[in-house]
Amino acid sequence: METCSWNDREILRYLGFKRNQAPDENVRSLIEGCKAELERSAAPKAVWREFPLTLDGDKIDMECLQTVSKSLARNLKDCHRVILFGATLGAGVDMLLQRYGRLQMSRAVVIQAASAAMLETFCDEKNRQLKEEYLKEGLYLRPRFSPGYGDFPLGCQKQLVPALDLNRRIGVTLTESLLMAPSKSVTAVIGVSRIPVSCRVQGCEACGKKDCAYRRNA
Amino acid sequence: MNILQELQKRILFCDGGMGSLLQEAGLKAGELPGTWNITHRSELVRIHRAYLEAGADIVTTNTFGVDRLKYNENTEYQLEPVIAAAVSNAKKAVSLSGRQAWIGLDMGPTGKLLKPLGDLDFEDAVDIYREVASVGAREGADFILIETMSDSYETKAAVLGAREACDLPVFVTVTFDERGKLLTGGNPASVVALLEGLGVDVLGMNCGLGPAQMRDILKEILAESSIPVMINPNAGLPRSENGRTVYDIDAEEFAEIMEEIVDMGARIVGGCCGTTPEHIRKVVSRCKNKLPAAVEKKNRTVVTSFAQAVEIGKSPVIIGERINPTGKSKFKQALRDHNLEYILQEGVTQQEHGAHILDVNVGLPEIDEPSMMEEVVRELQSIIDLPLQLDTSDPEAMERAMRIYNGKPLINSVNGKAESMKAIFPLVKKYGGVVVALCLDESGIPDTAEGRVSIAEKIYRTAAEYGIGPENILIDALCLTVSSDSRGALTTLETLRRVKDELGGKTVLGVSNISFGLPQREIINGAFFTMAMECGLSAAIINPNSEIMMRAYYSFRALMDLDPQCGEYISVYGGQTGVSAAGGVSSFAAGGGSAAGPGAETGDGGPESRLEASIEKGLREQAAAAVKELLGAKDALDIINGQMIPALDRVGKGFEKGTLFLPQLLMSAEAARAAFDIIKESMAASGVKQEKRGTIILATVKGDIHDIGKNIVKVLLENYSYEVLDLGKDVPPELIVETAVERHVPLVGLSALMTTTVPSMEETIRQLRIKAPWAKVMVGGAVLTQEYADTMGADRYCRDAMASVGYAEEVFG
Repeated sequence: METCSWNDREILRYLGFKRNQAPDENVRSLIEGCKAELERSAAPKAVWREFPLTLDGDKIDMECLQTVSKSLARNLKDCHRVILFGATLGAGVDMLLQRYGRLQMSRAVVIQAASAAMLETFCDEKNRQLKEEYLKEGLYLRPRFSPGYGDFPLGCQKQLVPALDLNRRIGVTLTESLLMAPSKSVTAVIGVSRIPVSCRVQGCEACGKKDCAYRRNA
Repeated sequence: MNILQELQKRILFCDGGMGSLLQEAGLKAGELPGTWNITHRSELVRIHRAYLEAGADIVTTNTFGVDRLKYNENTEYQLEPVIAAAVSNAKKAVSLSGRQAWIGLDMGPTGKLLKPLGDLDFEDAVDIYREVASVGAREGADFILIETMSDSYETKAAVLGAREACDLPVFVTVTFDERGKLLTGGNPASVVALLEGLGVDVLGMNCGLGPAQMRDILKEILAESSIPVMINPNAGLPRSENGRTVYDIDAEEFAEIMEEIVDMGARIVGGCCGTTPEHIRKVVSRCKNKLPAAVEKKNRTVVTSFAQAVEIGKSPVIIGERINPTGKSKFKQALRDHNLEYILQEGVTQQEHGAHILDVNVGLPEIDEPSMMEEVVRELQSIIDLPLQLDTSDPEAMERAMRIYNGKPLINSVNGKAESMKAIFPLVKKYGGVVVALCLDESGIPDTAEGRVSIAEKIYRTAAEYGIGPENILIDALCLTVSSDSRGALTTLETLRRVKDELGGKTVLGVSNISFGLPQREIINGAFFTMAMECGLSAAIINPNSEIMMRAYYSFRALMDLDPQCGEYISVYGGQTGVSAAGGVSSFAAGGGSAAGPGAETGDGGPESRLEASIEKGLREQAAAAVKELLGAKDALDIINGQMIPALDRVGKGFEKGTLFLPQLLMSAEAARAAFDIIKESMAASGVKQEKRGTIILATVKGDIHDIGKNIVKVLLENYSYEVLDLGKDVPPELIVETAVERHVPLVGLSALMTTTVPSMEETIRQLRIKAPWAKVMVGGAVLTQEYADTMGADRYCRDAMASVGYAEEVFG
């Protein structure tokens, strides 16, 4: 895999630990074991593609995808283009989840948490690279914003997934109920603007669901 | 002329990219290209023609991704007209070009992942492909081209669909990533074995990589494949430049590498994404006068799982025999109780101890063997990446298992009886597989090697009539117990030697049969195993959990120069002082926090306090050890109520208070489970049956394929002695209702992860209220809230797993 830096705090957060709480030795060694197993099984892949953007109030037109969303429109303010982004850890992680889900639940929940953290770190790293590339041309990227965040309809996945050709390029598919399979996958919209913004909120904090149990800095 | 005949004479050229040319002509991102077959016919004819004029012998129809999921009664254009137009456009281009060319009906992935990773059923996938292939064949395609496949299971569905629809030749190319892996994990060896087993005519790879990156993978494919290979790379590695996709090499370089690829041995070459008629023209001009490399038969004996290939014949292969109820009362009970976890655990344990292949036998008179066989195979192949040996004498069970198996299986077995060969060989021909052939026939088991060898020869001959080569047969030399026939072992060993030396065949043996009726059977088994390997035994059906057997195996490999520098031997036995090595590395068992030695963390108090402490700390082995000690002195129920439940309650309280967390809650549950298992065994041995406190249905609702939350709840409820009917994930409301009615179940737990699946939860509750009004319903899952639960009319919203235990206690009192 390309990068593998672990955000242990994030893993613990997904497992329900608060900031001031540390895991005991047993949990710590379980986490380390799961991280090693994930490094062997995950095959992180990402793709992105740029599209023109037209904003009209809350109406958003990205050529391959038209939608109405107040929160996404706010996120894309002052942008003239968007990058559609897709990433996945691949089917190997789901295999692990399946295996331990049948035979050792404690390990399944830790793999679930660690893989979620791994995917987030991977996306952050890809976003950072994109940010640098665009900055060279005097362009600024907005935080990535995914279908389902705020009022950005999950139904947009139906346009987003084919527009990025995610199935062919990184093996990501949609189920009838709009779940992504493999499960450790992300799609997002990243605004491209000539104007910088000071707010660097992204990922979890960008979501409007403030009462979520897993919310960071809660 | 038939394309396969032409292929024997010369290199054939395929066309290049379609999608990129359609985009240039105005196709929008996300727009379905198939529709253009009808709306932009002349554009399509023009592109096909350009490829034909560039020298392509093969035009592929613009039907990639055209199937009933995208074209059906609810869409503007229907499936059949789209396919018909695609074939007719290709035909028109061929006739306008005046060239002789062949039309390949293009079939790509459905865009869905198959169950259990996704939500598309295997048989539905077969159906989808069968429909496309039958329309394409009717409209006049010359062959079926299945391409850009990145999942072995979907590939198998596509080939079966094509085969069941028509008699046209089938070509299959898959997409590897830069590590030479399919997206779901297969490698070149496993792909080649699977496809040859399914009887495709040409195999190869396309898309994903440029020609340069394909060279190494091609080498691997050519080393394995006994049929012609087809290579259609992308125009290079892509990068984005001002919003446009550009490739790292040009048409000239592309053609240069393609020439190398032809020299290496590819028989059909063309292009994929980003390639244009210009690319194909340059490839044709470089390669058209080349003499094609001969396609050599490799005669390898290979079985596969979705992820890996196991070759039989180089070094002895271990087939784990433990998934078999014969003589195992616990296993029989697990089958009757539908306790699949028990069976899966048997599989995992054998893998940890070094098995290469797992035998799967679930035959028991009182169960529905075909259904059980199918279910166990599905479950095993979703959690274990070893190839399976399908072991049943029921032809229906065999066919169902072979059909849904994700790979090329080992098949156990056929024998020299005409009836047996007539039943099994057609299945092997259709689905692929290596078959175990027992040296017995209508007149029984010959007691001489001569007699057994002659049956082996008969089986080889008959198999050949079905088109099954000797490489796909493992001769079982048969071994009868030496206690009743003192020459039995010698006959078996001589048969092994003669099959190897005189017939050049591969062999298999159920080794432990040799010792029936003798004391200390392992002693004889271990010695006989070594002797059999020395006589050329290719694969042994043994218990890999047996130390003696695995010692024989690792030693044999070290002594026979099959283990360079004794590396494997040292890795297994190095650092061990005694001779109690179990063999294999048990990473799985070590996962649950059993790293600390007994007593290290559980205090030095009596067994009571040690049991409680090990449950609270989640130490499985220590919990099991403590309970064993206690069982001599205390009644089982006293242990459960006096130590185990209080310990679990304390952990549960800690979890509710937020001082303990999910992993600890579950590790404690698993430690308690280990202790319960010991208690259960002891109760069963003394004829006491443990009362369950009540029956609860758990299910993840229809549309939802994530079941981690439901599984957590299950583990906890079982610990509190509830019988859990786990209906799995993506469960239709009707099945939940039916089960609730049939078993008159008082409590149903439903889980949903996504807002999109909450409506099916609501529907399930609605149906339950009508047909099973007595049943209480508890709901949980990431998106649920008290408010949602109230709106749906659930009896209880459970915010976490402990809450569901609390509610169960309320319901069952």
